[in-house]
Amino acid sequence: MSLSGAWYLGLAAIVFTIGAIGLLVRRNVLIMFMCIELMLNAANLTFVTFARMLGDIGGQAIVFFVLVVAAAEVVVGLGIVVTNYRRRATTVADDLDSLKG
Amino acid sequence: MPHVALLLASTRPTWPDVLVFAASAAVILVGSIGVVTARNPVHAALSLVMTLFGVAVLFIEQEADFLAAVQIIVYAGAIVVLFLFVIMFLGVDRAEDVTTEPLTGQRPLAFIASLITLAGVLAMAATAHWVTGARQVVGPIQGHVAGPNSPAGEPAQLGKQLFTTYLFAFEATAALLVIAVVGAVVLARRPPSLHADQEDGSESELPA
Repeated sequence: MSLSGAWYLGLAAIVFTIGAIGLLVRRNVLIMFMCIELMLNAANLTFVTFARMLGDIGGQAIVFFVLVVAAAEVVVGLGIVVTNYRRRATTVADDLDSLKG
Repeated sequence: MPHVALLLASTRPTWPDVLVFAASAAVILVGSIGVVTARNPVHAALSLVMTLFGVAVLFIEQEADFLAAVQIIVYAGAIVVLFLFVIMFLGVDRAEDVTTEPLTGQRPLAFIASLITLAGVLAMAATAHWVTGARQVVGPIQGHVAGPNSPAGEPAQLGKQLFTTYLFAFEATAALLVIAVVGAVVLARRPPSLHADQEDGSESELPA
């Protein structure tokens, strides 16, 4: 039997925080996407931990759906990045200031 | 509170479990810090792979073998490869300068806000009734019957629930994937009007 769930939940909270810091601090759109993936993984780890603690398969089913949504999100997001790179030749979020006025 | 204490200290962990958790936690933390601090996007993507493998090990440790396999195949095999493909395709695989701070005071504020969030989550987990749900609402992780012909175990249970309880959500994700693929194709396609403009321009320039 593995460790108590509190260890896993604490680790997931720390990984989520690291991802949030990266999302707020970094300027490269690609790395911001990777930080979103980090946060999604932390949430997945929480779901699997609660599924084990409650002996319920529902938590693992939710993780399955999160994986699908993450894949769809990355596909559309990277499509937007490629389209934007064609027009502006940059992947830095600060350079996208044409609505600034 | 009694069943919370029961859940927290139901069994004594053995030392291999502690070792596996410590090793994968170290891998996950190093990888995630690497994603945030890497100057080169390719290095960030490789750190992300490291984190995903650590999470997959923790999935196996928590009796989610099928999800660990899906995690490796979908995340490390498809999503990170997609990231690397876009990085190489756009040619942005060079180190950027992360020392300068474009917005003054943004990094300290981001650190403070994130640490407050972390402290809030941990305080909530330490004090609140965070595992008070009923056990096995949807279904058990392990199968009821373990006969020679009846599928038992976690993948069989997960598949059973996906195609019964979560059937509508499952079909909705199928539609979502189709929409995402169509959207990506529409986004990545060059607009035909752009070509037409260029051709018109070259033709109009030729006589002049």
